[in-house]
Amino acid sequence: MVAAGRSTNSKRINEYSTRSAEDTVELGKRIGAHLLPNDVIALTGRLGAGKTTLIQGMAEGIGVRDYVTSPTFIIINEYQGRIPFFHVDLYRLNNVDEIEDLGIEEYFSRGGACVIEWAEKLGELKPKASHEIEIEIISETKRKICVSSELAARLK
Amino acid sequence: MDCKSITSYNHIVMTTILAIETSCDETSAAVVKNGNEILSNIVATQVEFHKKYGGIVPEIASRKHIEVINPIIAEALEKAKVKLKDLGAVAVTYGPGLVGSLIVGLCAAKAIAYSLDLPLIGVNHLEGHIYANFLISNLKFQISFPFICLLVSGGHTMLILVKDHGNYQVLGQTRDDAAGEAFDKVARFLKLGYPGGPIIDKLAKEGDPKAVAFTRPMLGQGYDFSFSGIKTAVVNYSNKTQGTATHLDFARRCPELAEGFSRRFLANLAASFQQAIVDVLVEKSIQAAQEYKCKTIALAGGVSANSLLRKDLKEKAEAKGFGVQIPSLHLCTDNAAMVGCAGYYHLKQKRTSDFKLQAVASLKLVGYNVTL
Repeated sequence: MVAAGRSTNSKRINEYSTRSAEDTVELGKRIGAHLLPNDVIALTGRLGAGKTTLIQGMAEGIGVRDYVTSPTFIIINEYQGRIPFFHVDLYRLNNVDEIEDLGIEEYFSRGGACVIEWAEKLGELKPKASHEIEIEIISETKRKICVSSELAARLK
Repeated sequence: MDCKSITSYNHIVMTTILAIETSCDETSAAVVKNGNEILSNIVATQVEFHKKYGGIVPEIASRKHIEVINPIIAEALEKAKVKLKDLGAVAVTYGPGLVGSLIVGLCAAKAIAYSLDLPLIGVNHLEGHIYANFLISNLKFQISFPFICLLVSGGHTMLILVKDHGNYQVLGQTRDDAAGEAFDKVARFLKLGYPGGPIIDKLAKEGDPKAVAFTRPMLGQGYDFSFSGIKTAVVNYSNKTQGTATHLDFARRCPELAEGFSRRFLANLAASFQQAIVDVLVEKSIQAAQEYKCKTIALAGGVSANSLLRKDLKEKAEAKGFGVQIPSLHLCTDNAAMVGCAGYYHLKQKRTSDFKLQAVASLKLVGYNVTL
């Protein structure tokens, strides 16, 4: 399902519905296949929404062969696919100062695609050009996945 | 004390190693004699700093490491009654972990080794955890090769076949979240507090582990683990029990979740969740020991503190004829003595590091003795 036209934070979005984790992985793969160097993807969604699942698909789509494990413990995991893939998890961080001190912005322009979990914590550090993906829980298995339109346009 | 020189490189190496570990939230320094005797093992835990943040905050970790590293090293030497001139080598964790934290320990180790003209030994943190099983204070029996090591912590969940010193084969690891991370995230979701492991462990004692039938993820599917799904299952279950058909307004209601539940409900949930995780860890460890003909299963990492894991692993593995070794608690959690022990075996094989040694955040566990 694609329903364009809604607007959040002045960015237009496209909505996708997924009916299972496998569905979410497939969408992730499609997104991953279209990611370009220096893309920053701000990913939001509650605990258990399926952020890991979507990112595992994205990594696969980008050509990463390793397991994509949670970076909660070390904050940033780096992988190599057709372009580098940086997986950042801000779950443990509390405010912009802490994020700034970690030097996370460096990853935004290192020639890879950078996906950031709990991106709402980025505040003013979020690059203006970043893409946005928000996962909403509809039911135990269904998810609504909102993708900002510039990224969604590549998927068509 | 006659430890300054390394008297033999052959069978027994007589040396005293200063070890430093700063891979995550603990700053630790230890002095280890001849690879197995702990002369001192000082750990400055930062858990108090982290509690209010509901997790480990790297920036804080790194800053605190800098503040306490020198006093901790001084204390380790003093308690061991060892002077710098008595040391034979300096061992240090160089990964995996938080780069900012690792660098603090690495710089201190390099400075000491360089100024005293001592060998520098870079140690993999995961290897350190395995070597907690070789430290004298917790040896119930001499562990013999090969053995299975179940390494479970906040950042790692791994089954390792340890064939010999420096010869490891990672049989399986988590594909998403570490076991300890699942504990932390579930505890935080249920608003139980931090660190999640001990809180859930305690609460689970009041609950019925059969109350909620969580799937045992990845059982019967090799040696890899997956704990992200069970975290989602806890979220779904809590949410359903809240009595709502739709999850649309989930985000708004979530903050009040824990308060809406009875202690009994939470205890049952904690007990069921914990049992599901422990069942998978225990079952796979026993399977691995059977398949690879090991006599012993050794536990390592902070989740070893979990009372159900200790009890179930002991009961179930011993019932099948396997020995179970669990290092004492202070050696299971991050500490420098285990790094000193692992470093000793590197030194024994003349494996020392260059002063260009860098911190590696995602360092993999690879053996160095695979040809032997």
